[in-house]
Amino acid sequence: MSIFADSNTRLLVQGITGREGNFHTRAMIDYGTHVVGGVTPGKGGQTELGAPVFDTVREARAATGANATIIFVPPPFAADAILEALDAEIPLIVAITEGVPTLDMVRVFEVLKQTRSRLVGPNCPGIITPGQAKVGIMPGHIFKPGPVGMVSRSGTLTYEIAKDFSDRGLGQSTVVGIGGDPIIGTSFLDALKAFNADPATELVVLAGEIGGSDEETAAEYIKASMTKPVIGFISGRTAPPGKRMGHAGAIVSGNKGTAKAKVEALEAAGVPVANTTDEIGDLAEKKLKRPAKV
Amino acid sequence: MKIHEYQAKQVLAKFGVPVPEGRVATSPDQVKSIAEEFRNGPVVVKAQVHVGGRGKAGGIKLAKSPAEAEEAAKQILGMSLKGLVVRKVLVESGLAIDREYYLGMILDRDSKRIVVMVSSEGGVDIEEVAAVSPEKIAKITINPTLGLADYQIRYLCFAGGIDKSLVKEVAKFLKALYRAFLESDASLAEINPLVVTKEGRLIAADAKINIDDNALFRQPDLAAWQESEEDNPIEEEARKRGLTYVSLDGDIGIIGNGAGLVMTSLDVVAREGGKPANFLDIGGGAKAEVVRNALEVVLLKPDVKGVVINIFGGITRCDEVAKGIIEAARTLQVEVPVVVRLEGTSVEEGKRILAESGLNLVPAATMREAARRIVELSYAA
Repeated sequence: MSIFADSNTRLLVQGITGREGNFHTRAMIDYGTHVVGGVTPGKGGQTELGAPVFDTVREARAATGANATIIFVPPPFAADAILEALDAEIPLIVAITEGVPTLDMVRVFEVLKQTRSRLVGPNCPGIITPGQAKVGIMPGHIFKPGPVGMVSRSGTLTYEIAKDFSDRGLGQSTVVGIGGDPIIGTSFLDALKAFNADPATELVVLAGEIGGSDEETAAEYIKASMTKPVIGFISGRTAPPGKRMGHAGAIVSGNKGTAKAKVEALEAAGVPVANTTDEIGDLAEKKLKRPAKV
Repeated sequence: MKIHEYQAKQVLAKFGVPVPEGRVATSPDQVKSIAEEFRNGPVVVKAQVHVGGRGKAGGIKLAKSPAEAEEAAKQILGMSLKGLVVRKVLVESGLAIDREYYLGMILDRDSKRIVVMVSSEGGVDIEEVAAVSPEKIAKITINPTLGLADYQIRYLCFAGGIDKSLVKEVAKFLKALYRAFLESDASLAEINPLVVTKEGRLIAADAKINIDDNALFRQPDLAAWQESEEDNPIEEEARKRGLTYVSLDGDIGIIGNGAGLVMTSLDVVAREGGKPANFLDIGGGAKAEVVRNALEVVLLKPDVKGVVINIFGGITRCDEVAKGIIEAARTLQVEVPVVVRLEGTSVEEGKRILAESGLNLVPAATMREAARRIVELSYAA
């Protein structure tokens, strides 16, 4: 088991003929993901990396039975691409694109919440269920199958944590990068609920960062309903207020969204919060009662 | 992106919002002649810098005559407000204020909508009102499909304590503010205060608009207002070179790939006792040239005592990073210690390139080790 993506995932790639889309489609196929088709308006009928290309998502879904799509469309057109996928009722939509205007996402979210689809991102590395499917841009080889669920707002930080876990022999059920933008489709809360219900997940790592209050909301849920241990990590402890730290969403506004408030909320929910990335693995080993690395 | 008050007022005026008669000046002489043009009546001289709390900090002064205005300008121009030097002032004709209201819209992450706030307690920082008497702020969210509905406006005005006789007038301001918000791709738009004059007229006495950085590509007119001279010159240089750089107060330069990893690198360096000088994200898939640029930019800060480079190669290849470090180190004659931690794609090749370079680069196996080493080496002397 796993969450959101697995060996049954039949994936479309919106923007398959673009540079980024093409590069990562190849990597996803190499990983073993079933890429069943691509969408590039005007290039329908072509074949790309062995997959048929369609002009519209609707057509692609009808012809391939796709149940997921990944979006590599440039920022000005990304919201429209998400709306097209929602209209075609694709159950899982992963938006990689960085730099989507926030008001576009406000409109997308209003439509999203009236559908049954799940949107992950935008501005995210995607999802990987090790050994089954990679719907994203992460380097596949650092992930190993196992019992740890991971959810994070960041890409490379997740790779750092996941590789350390894999090196310790702690594999992952599914790793979800939810994205660093202020408005995203899947929150920490959504991912935690899914991990809570997933029999293959024994422990969850939540790697948050400054900005917003998603981590605080997640902490409330953990306190009330989470049946599995959670290990927390918050980056941006040294970030001064009012400075945007790379991610569009990573900003402390006044006294809102501070690392301190997030750490306190998690600790109050009984979640141990690591100070450094390698401490996350130490805490996980303790919780899972696995012998520490010798 | 922040824009100045006078620019925000230009935007609002375009949508039909009445604003005070005003002109921008850069010298006390200009301020004096503007005040004379304004019928020699009272004027307000307002510092135009991208910070809040200008009034309390002495950046806004009332003047009863052109001579007083000139004097006020002498004090304000060149003064430093929260680290930013005032180079421009807005001179406006004074208003006979009866009451002050607050109208604001902000992109709200929790509701994932625009939140509208109205309060009869204008003229002060709305966060203070929210902290002391939250019941004095009326709040709603806008369904983006439906827009701002009339009943919502009525609710905001009645619950926000707006005088019943002024509701129709305030409604016009809210509608215009919403249109301005959408069409400017704002992330925040405020009229504070919305002044009710003694003559019973409504006018936007102060305005603030922030623009969503992600939308600047489709807001060329607003993007042209991006100012360099006021910002940190190193941040400006980094922007020109396409790097995400944030200047901080410390003395250890930090370079990494991916916002989360860089933020964590800052935290770990701080935890080991170092003071980060900057945040610098080289992004994904960076080639040698990007890395060289990054190192150059970080070293522009004169008091940098050491640099730590922390790379986790996914799309980014460690051998490319290594090449960039070497190119930069050779051309720049780096005199401070540089600790390099490489992990991930092509890491062996990257480490080999660094080791064979003959340059004084200190390798580290983990982020924590890199942080510990750079702190030791930077503060050794």
